[in-house]
Amino acid sequence: MHADTTTAKKEAALAVFAGLETEPGVPKPDPILVIDKVVRRFGGLTAVDVDHVEIQRGSITALIGPNGAGKTTFFNQLTGFDTADAGSWTFNGKPMNGVPAHRVARQGMVRTFQLTKALSKLTVMENMRLGAQNQRGENFFRALIPGSWRGQEDEITERAEELLERFKLAAKRDDFAGSLSGGQRKLLEMARALMVGPELVMLDEPMAGVNPALTQSLLGHVKNLREEGMTVLFVEHDMDMVRDISDWVIVMAQGAVIAEGPPDTIMSDQRVIDAYLGAHHDAPMSVEEAEEQLHEAEAELEAEIEEKA
Amino acid sequence: MDWNSIFVTTVKASIGLETVVYALAAIGLNVQFGYAGLLNFGQAAFLGVAAYGLAVTVATFQLPFWLGIVIGLAATVVLAFLLGIPTLRLRADYLAIVTIAAAEIVRLIFRAVKFKDVFGGSDGLQSFSGDFYAMNPYAPGSYGIGSITFTERTMWVLTVGWILVALSCALVYLLMKSPWGRVLKAIREDEDAVRSLGKNVFSYKMQALVLGGIIGCLGGFVFALGQASVQPDLYGTEFTFYAYTIVILGGAARVFSPVVGAAIFWVLLVFIGNTLAEAVGSGVIPSSIMTVSQAGSVRFMLVGLGLMLLLIFRPQGIFGDKREIALDAR
Repeated sequence: MHADTTTAKKEAALAVFAGLETEPGVPKPDPILVIDKVVRRFGGLTAVDVDHVEIQRGSITALIGPNGAGKTTFFNQLTGFDTADAGSWTFNGKPMNGVPAHRVARQGMVRTFQLTKALSKLTVMENMRLGAQNQRGENFFRALIPGSWRGQEDEITERAEELLERFKLAAKRDDFAGSLSGGQRKLLEMARALMVGPELVMLDEPMAGVNPALTQSLLGHVKNLREEGMTVLFVEHDMDMVRDISDWVIVMAQGAVIAEGPPDTIMSDQRVIDAYLGAHHDAPMSVEEAEEQLHEAEAELEAEIEEKA
Repeated sequence: MDWNSIFVTTVKASIGLETVVYALAAIGLNVQFGYAGLLNFGQAAFLGVAAYGLAVTVATFQLPFWLGIVIGLAATVVLAFLLGIPTLRLRADYLAIVTIAAAEIVRLIFRAVKFKDVFGGSDGLQSFSGDFYAMNPYAPGSYGIGSITFTERTMWVLTVGWILVALSCALVYLLMKSPWGRVLKAIREDEDAVRSLGKNVFSYKMQALVLGGIIGCLGGFVFALGQASVQPDLYGTEFTFYAYTIVILGGAARVFSPVVGAAIFWVLLVFIGNTLAEAVGSGVIPSSIMTVSQAGSVRFMLVGLGLMLLLIFRPQGIFGDKREIALDAR
């Protein structure tokens, strides 16, 4: 699964995107998330100002952009961790603006964090169990009657064990999450998010701080999410990873979506190059420009010679 | 040096009224601070509100004892909501600031001259514990082993107190074994992560604040009944700081640590205090070094020194897990 095997799901996702325009806000055939006019300001700074964007169901969509483009802030708006100043967005057709973070997660839209949030003093297994939804034992009064939640707890444990097995963390089951390495924490965070049973998984820089040996395995896990029918939206800086796993790329700069497109062509888009390198960067000179410079130099030289004479 | 009397008072301190009161306050604080990570610096106010709820109902308004208990409990819950609703959505340090201020406000209202008719000013209130001692099953006399004896009144207060301690410990044990307790511990570690997993963090923090307050308020009842009086200055900030000391001494987030911590704290305080007083009194320590009245302050210095040594050599407390402390250093 680590190799570039093109699976049916990947082909289906790519087929959807084939022939789509690369304009920002291009409509997709079956969007799971539709975002309209989301604005977030911090004082005088407009951190996010997204006009319209749609995320295709069953695909892996990458959200890229230079530092300070507002990717993480945008993530925070969508997942209820910050309040947008304006705008609306729907998840599966349901309006989600103003919905608190825990309800967003319950609807099936689960995120991870750029700085991994492993719950250090809980064991790996407890971290996993926490992800499960609708737990009877999480009610204060039922918690006092162990019989009322033991059965469910066993089911949850079984599901958690399967996931830990898949993410190669089974051996660490009873260790404190705080004792894991950076990469293992990323794996744990992803596995824990899966315990929620999400439809849309939102990963904020899943590769940040992961050692190269684990990168391939993490990539495999992300691809697997799509195989299982989930939709993935992720923020990433590593362009190799973006090219490797994403079906579609959305580019943000200065808070706005400036371009969209397939991963292999998006990086040659003029708007994207301008956003990353600045619009007035040193592009190679055209023939006309070169000739003009030559004429100018010659004219200067001649003027100098005339002065001396 | 009368070692026998030092021994007797020290043993009595290990299960005495103060130990029970501080154990209950610390069990409540352990739920809030140890498990949920809430920096409640106003635990004294929860005990004060409960004690005064009972005392005012019975002594000022001549209403029945059990109604006083109900009002004390209700006042505790109201206080928890008043503190929690504005602050639990904010960062943890805000709760610390607000609770310490609220506790002082509560104490100053209790001792205000303006409300002397209701709360009794700085003298506090008495004569509300009659109904409680009327229920005393112990016949008049003294109970105990050898020279370690208690009166029937003290026996009754301690019996009720230790039953409450046992019930509170059982409650905390059951809860912290359950998924409910898991959510609480997770909130202590990182509340955003818990939010991202679909849990209503605000609701759980509020539940922890109320539960810790109610366990603490039981301590308030025992304190008021054991002394048969309430005085506003017993519920000052140093009460809360002692309770924190006890939680950390025993080891945070362990079921029995507040109980053992409270016993050790009072044993140390009483033992060192009495030994110093005896030594000064019998001339072993000459009065040029220390007078009897100074001995009371010196004992706090020595206990403080002991606690510093404990935290240096055993930072996880008596019951704590060293591995957990090691994680913080990463």
